[in-house]
Amino acid sequence: MNIPGDLKYTEGHEWVRVEGNVAYVGISDHAQHELGDIVYVELPEIDTEIDAKEEATNIESVKAAAPVYSPVSGKIVEVNEDLEDSSELINSDAYGSYIFAVEMSDKSELDSLMDADAYKEFLEKE
Amino acid sequence: MLKRTPLFDVYKDYEGAKLIDFGGWELPVNFSSGIIAEHMVVRENAGLFDVSHMGEITVEGDTSEAFLNWLLPNNVLGMKENQCLYSPMCYSDGGVVDDLLVYKYNRNKYLLVVNASNASKDYKWITQENEWVKKEPNLPEFENLSETMSSVAFQGPKSTEYLAEMAGAEVKDIDFFYFRDDLKINGIDCIISRTGYTGEVGYEIYVDRKDVPSVWSFILDTTKDKGVLPVGLGARDTLRFESKLPLYGHELTKDISPLEANLGYFIDLENDDFCGKDALVKQKQNGIPRSLRGCEMIDKGIPREGYKVFLDGKEVGHVTSGTKSPMLNKFCGLVLIKRDLGLKLGDEIQIDIKGKIKKAKLVKTPFYKNI
Repeated sequence: MNIPGDLKYTEGHEWVRVEGNVAYVGISDHAQHELGDIVYVELPEIDTEIDAKEEATNIESVKAAAPVYSPVSGKIVEVNEDLEDSSELINSDAYGSYIFAVEMSDKSELDSLMDADAYKEFLEKE
Repeated sequence: MLKRTPLFDVYKDYEGAKLIDFGGWELPVNFSSGIIAEHMVVRENAGLFDVSHMGEITVEGDTSEAFLNWLLPNNVLGMKENQCLYSPMCYSDGGVVDDLLVYKYNRNKYLLVVNASNASKDYKWITQENEWVKKEPNLPEFENLSETMSSVAFQGPKSTEYLAEMAGAEVKDIDFFYFRDDLKINGIDCIISRTGYTGEVGYEIYVDRKDVPSVWSFILDTTKDKGVLPVGLGARDTLRFESKLPLYGHELTKDISPLEANLGYFIDLENDDFCGKDALVKQKQNGIPRSLRGCEMIDKGIPREGYKVFLDGKEVGHVTSGTKSPMLNKFCGLVLIKRDLGLKLGDEIQIDIKGKIKKAKLVKTPFYKNI
């Protein structure tokens, strides 16, 4: 299972890449594999204020819809518009396909996320 | 504990196969290739499905024909030997117990193939609960073969060619909705019918439970070079959806009449008395309340089962099934809506997708048609 070392992870299988004050959020390789062929991603609206652990959007596979939660609080400042018509990018490159980016209001929330080793351990236990 | 088919042990040979609980059965939603690839192989080539979970019930004896002709709304009397017939099976109020296939050996022997999740309910209904068995003294003999009979479905435009190489050229002479029970695959006795649930040319192959792993491997090993794949339930659902074949629990339930599900073609209201006839005749005379229609999303989103359908702010029905059609690459849904709305193809409806009202338009069904 592919788990890059430079990212943070949640128990809901989101990943976070931090660039300055902005957190880019996607779903892990494990999550895309569990969902199977992804056919639609509903992109959140830019400028939406969001709390940590609040549902930001949904990813739809052929069979089911799965919610994606924001790992951090803040304001949504970017969405990955490539996913609008090519949601399968998440299947082919889960870590190269962020879904939305949050300008963080409290960077200390990152401390509660898992690093790659902890996430790997979490997956093994799950 | 979930029930397993005799093929359960072979699922693990496929890396990435994902198992789910399907009506109490532990079955693969997809094998290694994923739902979309498995869908496409059936549309373009051929794919093999484990359908061993389906229920099989035999009806034998000299009252078989009369009984089935009463039990089912479709015309059993009109069947030829070795013919198959699709029919809903109704309660006396017209609601649907299940939908099934009837295989006629002769007037005194039939095989019914029913949905897995309904098999025990159906067996009880057929053998104990309907009005006929309660009052008639001379009943056919019933046997529930669901535990001893297993089946695979081999479906796709190339299936005839491949199967003829494995089971003999006679396969090519089996007409649509006919079967033969004198053919063998790799030395194993089979019933082979030209039937299926994909909207493609295809076959359903019934064998003894103990033989199904060997038939499964033989078919896949023989056709591997040609690109044939095992196909899971996920693609089974998207294939049947594109072809607008109803799925019990979605388009058909005890609360949806087969006339509402637009299965009038399979209801012979001219036929002798059958269970549910009075209710269905009355429904037809008084106006069928709802209609099963197809829609395509104008706004993006997937209409899933149970989502509410609106017309100009008024709730008019619900989604029974929906997905992104792999062939059309569009978000499509089947909706059960009020019939008297005067809606034509192309007219707009709205669907509440997770609290957001999204636009859709009515389109022709089946969404995709190949044969």
